[in-house]
Amino acid sequence: MANILVWAESRGGELRKVATEAVTAARALATATGGEVHALLTGAPGIASQAARLGEFGADVVIVVEHAGLALHNPEATTAIVADRVTTGGYRACLLPASAHGKDLAPRVAARLGVGMAADVTTLEFANDAIVARHPVNTGKVVATVSLTATPAIVSIRPGAFTPAPNAKTPRVESVAPVVDPAASRVKTTGMTTGNATKLDLGEAPIIVTGGRGLKAAENFKLVEDLAAAFGNAAVGATRAVTDDGWRPHSDQIGQTGRLVSPDLYIAVGVSGAIQHLAGMRTSKTIVAINKDKEAPIFKVADYGIVGDAFEIVPVLTAAIRVARANH
Amino acid sequence: MKIAVCIKRVPDMDVRFKIAANGLGADETGLKYDMSDFDGYAAEAALQVNEKDGKGEITAISLGPDTVQETLRKALSMGIDRAVQLKCDAVPFDGFAIATALAAELKAGAYDLILFGRMSIDSSNQTVGPMVAELLGLPCVTAASRLAFADGAGTAQRELEGASETVAFPLPAVVSIDEGVARPRYPSLKGIMAAKKKPLEVRPAQLATPTVTVTKMELPPERNAGRILGEGPDVVPELVRLLQTEAKVL
Repeated sequence: MANILVWAESRGGELRKVATEAVTAARALATATGGEVHALLTGAPGIASQAARLGEFGADVVIVVEHAGLALHNPEATTAIVADRVTTGGYRACLLPASAHGKDLAPRVAARLGVGMAADVTTLEFANDAIVARHPVNTGKVVATVSLTATPAIVSIRPGAFTPAPNAKTPRVESVAPVVDPAASRVKTTGMTTGNATKLDLGEAPIIVTGGRGLKAAENFKLVEDLAAAFGNAAVGATRAVTDDGWRPHSDQIGQTGRLVSPDLYIAVGVSGAIQHLAGMRTSKTIVAINKDKEAPIFKVADYGIVGDAFEIVPVLTAAIRVARANH
Repeated sequence: MKIAVCIKRVPDMDVRFKIAANGLGADETGLKYDMSDFDGYAAEAALQVNEKDGKGEITAISLGPDTVQETLRKALSMGIDRAVQLKCDAVPFDGFAIATALAAELKAGAYDLILFGRMSIDSSNQTVGPMVAELLGLPCVTAASRLAFADGAGTAQRELEGASETVAFPLPAVVSIDEGVARPRYPSLKGIMAAKKKPLEVRPAQLATPTVTVTKMELPPERNAGRILGEGPDVVPELVRLLQTEAKVL
């Protein structure tokens, strides 16, 4: 029997989707051995309200650590809290999302516990008493299978790789005090600026519409924004060329050096398909490409391609999607 | 400041990789190597910090076989003062094993600032920097996209999913660098000549025994060959139909 701990990431008092994905991954591991999933929820006072949501995805126990000093990312205190719980709880593994905050915390937790870790994994299972995971390397052109023999196994889960699966439980909720004083951390997060609050995050949107250099100018991004708005549940991404030129913020960049995404539907508009871009989106379930150059590499990975002028095609597609959505 | 920059030698990614005969890595035949992208940003950030102050010393450290000396020379040719190779036969996949060797070297150096790239472009684990910080008990900021120092303390900006945060931290510290801080300079001819005379020390790497091992390397499944539906806006109805009935994403 192996109990699995999950660090349940939240932001602004709300659970993030990546937390439910990590709980889903943990549930599968725990169920395979008859173990339990325990979710560790850290945040400002009031974060306990998110415990029930963790139960919906199969958490048996939710450990709540509330403190005003945990309202913003507090890596030193959170590392101490997670590492302490891993040790005292005797967990076989601890899973964190491979998000900006999860990737910041997971290696610290592993080093604190004196073990290696598997990062940014897309699959996870027990095999012969080891934890075995897959992790894309070399800009997604090669996939490594890694085996973790130490206990505890620390693993970060690639956002979008595990679809949250409902598995309703009423979790036992345990409130505990932080094992260190969060106010005493040397590294202090002094502020957080969120983009447009109504904007869907690239990692959470089921549909992404991305614009590339083919759009010719920053103001022409209205074309892809309108298409995204027609879907109603789409986010807008950009290529590195576009963010380097300052047409869009760096946080919108999809690619090896930006965000790695895996939505249900990915629409690339005026995107040539450079290797570094493909590395960030090639695992999308369905890919559509619209590009005037029929030799563009993006067509090699696109399930459906339309050759032609994006300025003519996209408005027609936007109108058609509006109709399709209205009839749905 | 006394700064250390940890750099990794990685293959050029602009190729079609093949799997080595043992199935545990990429076939190295014909691959070209260079400093990992983000490590270049880190080296540049170090140079700019000390150029602004007009003083200090920067050490580049790389772990691996003798081939990493070429990458360390490149760092020296950019303007870094000295280099250390932590010699081992091969770079382990386990970031913690790497971190233990680096931490042992860095501890002895009493650095004000230890920089890493956000991640290596080959293994893409993004783990070694924060692990080193933890082993040395130092404050740590990962994936800084902006970085500034004043009065013995630093401030940084980090990009999150759809947000960014600002961070304040004391020195000494470990910081990993995202792109956005500084574009790496190209070595000048003068720099390349000077690099030949700069000190490059070689020491054995004190690696911990790895607990994370690669058991298989494989190429990802090929996507089904793309299908071009046609040209121009007239094809849109067919695309929408396929998205509804075949891909079932609408």
